[in-house]
Amino acid sequence: MSKIMLEVNGLTTKYITRYNESVYAVNDVSFQVEEGKSVGIAGESGCGKSTLALSLMGYYFPPLHYTKGDIIIDGRNISGMDPDDVRKNILGTEIAYIPQAAMNALNPTRKVIRFIEDVIWAHDPKISKKDIHDLARERFETLNLPEDTLNKYPVELSGGMKQRTVISISTILSPKVLIADEPSSALDVTSQKMVIKMIHDLMELGYIKSMIFITHELPLLYNVTDDIMVMYAGQIVERGSADQMIFDPIHPYSKGLMGSILVPEDGTRDVKITAIPGTPPNLKKPPDGCRFAERCQYVKSQCRVQNMELAGLGNGRTSRCMMSEEELREAYKNE
Amino acid sequence: MSEREICLSGTGVSKVFGFGNRKTVAVDNVDFNFYSGELVSIVGESGSGKTTLIKMLLGLTSVTEGEIQFLGKKRDIRTRSKKKEYWKDIQAIFQDPFSSYNIFSKIDSVLLDCIHMRGGRMLPKAKKIEMMEEACRFVNLKYAEMTNKYPFELSGGQMQRLMIARIFLLRPKILLADEPTSMIDACSRATILDMLLNLRNETGMTIIFITHDMGLAYYISDTVYIMERGKIVEFGSADEVILNPQADYTKRLLSDVPKIHEPWEFSKRNQTPPPQTPVEA
Repeated sequence: MSKIMLEVNGLTTKYITRYNESVYAVNDVSFQVEEGKSVGIAGESGCGKSTLALSLMGYYFPPLHYTKGDIIIDGRNISGMDPDDVRKNILGTEIAYIPQAAMNALNPTRKVIRFIEDVIWAHDPKISKKDIHDLARERFETLNLPEDTLNKYPVELSGGMKQRTVISISTILSPKVLIADEPSSALDVTSQKMVIKMIHDLMELGYIKSMIFITHELPLLYNVTDDIMVMYAGQIVERGSADQMIFDPIHPYSKGLMGSILVPEDGTRDVKITAIPGTPPNLKKPPDGCRFAERCQYVKSQCRVQNMELAGLGNGRTSRCMMSEEELREAYKNE
Repeated sequence: MSEREICLSGTGVSKVFGFGNRKTVAVDNVDFNFYSGELVSIVGESGSGKTTLIKMLLGLTSVTEGEIQFLGKKRDIRTRSKKKEYWKDIQAIFQDPFSSYNIFSKIDSVLLDCIHMRGGRMLPKAKKIEMMEEACRFVNLKYAEMTNKYPFELSGGQMQRLMIARIFLLRPKILLADEPTSMIDACSRATILDMLLNLRNETGMTIIFITHDMGLAYYISDTVYIMERGKIVEFGSADEVILNPQADYTKRLLSDVPKIHEPWEFSKRNQTPPPQTPVEA
């Protein structure tokens, strides 16, 4: 059993709207990520994927508020810490975050090397400029980025290059956990592959110890991560290895998601893609019982009453459903 | 193949922006034949000239060189009234549903305009409402919930579906869809694609679908055109192009798409699990 890098226990965060209503976008989420492993998070839009990513950083700004739960990075609990403390000691060194439109974060009037100086000096102002330049040059070389990128302005770089530059800047302090929130969704397929290759290299070279990768593109997730978690209405509904989740999902919601995969491969054309009918529940007033009950084909009367916990299925798989694995498999077979 | 009617075709179509040494050739001497009732995909990376081509087909930008033929005749859109006439037969759905609507008009009037455009201005009100209800039913929206709402009160997927409801009422001969699913998530994408397929099957419309997603193009289309830097490098039936690509560019694109049966060479899926070493006592 390898070391656990990130442990999340019962994390709950909420948005407070201007009418003072609470929207629990992340509700009682618990999971662990081991050293050297990557976990993907999948789900529809609005199911809380990005909010979970933001919450994991331990740095909250309105309208997002921390409610309860623990975030433990390599044995150190960061939940409930002072925001300035988090900013100084956690972000960048323990946990790094790449947002969706990361490439727009670069100030067009400053050269790339200036951002790297900023990041390093924010944590340790005593490091000399030369050391920073050496570190940056070495890091860029190992990641196959041209060295002259450092002395360029962001506008001189293409979209894919910008994204790769941002990733290398945010991981320059070798964080223990990298949270990538759709890092490649704005790019075309070729640059996407290069970005993913770079993230893969970062993991291989040990610059980052573990990763959480968020996307709604399931074939991509299959290629990147070890494990896949499926989120629905602020809760995790199923977790398993990438192979298990793509080819053999157990929870009815995961099953529905996997029905919408489109890949250019022989034989996939004859399989009709399916969508899950209906829309996710309003999180201001989440329904009692199973949150997916409203849209589930296999719903029983009990589902609407009894709250379900994530239950282990063996092999490291967990699922949040009333029906047992055998019952669900039987139901899928009869379709 | 020969008995199929050619709906829209072009010979030597080019578009050049700028001039002199600042010239950018966005679309470079392309030839195409789109048959009626066909679902065509135009696939290419960003900057390959897909959107410029669509704009030329729609008549939103001028054609620098070459000729576009519509229903066997040379297309004539030199005056405003001729353009209006042309747009009755050719309509489009764009990428960003949030910017496709007039934010000041309600959903009823969006749909009413479509009926009026088809010459239904004098129809009795009950008949108009019936038509609107039918269109909403086609795209799985509830008409009763739609009235008295503004487009921005809907979600992205609902807006895009409303766009299809418009097309359903307008019944153009050709529909140009410029990445209609790239801004919505994978689940609503399936619904939209199914609706487009239904629309084609019910009305026999020609749909020209622009996308950068190979998987999507393979699923939905009969014919696929691959564009690279303004040129069409390969075209043919979906099975031919996607499963047996000839052009290097197509091969490269296909190798870069994440797949689930043959993962990328560096993907962890290819690695066999490390042998279990016994723990030393």
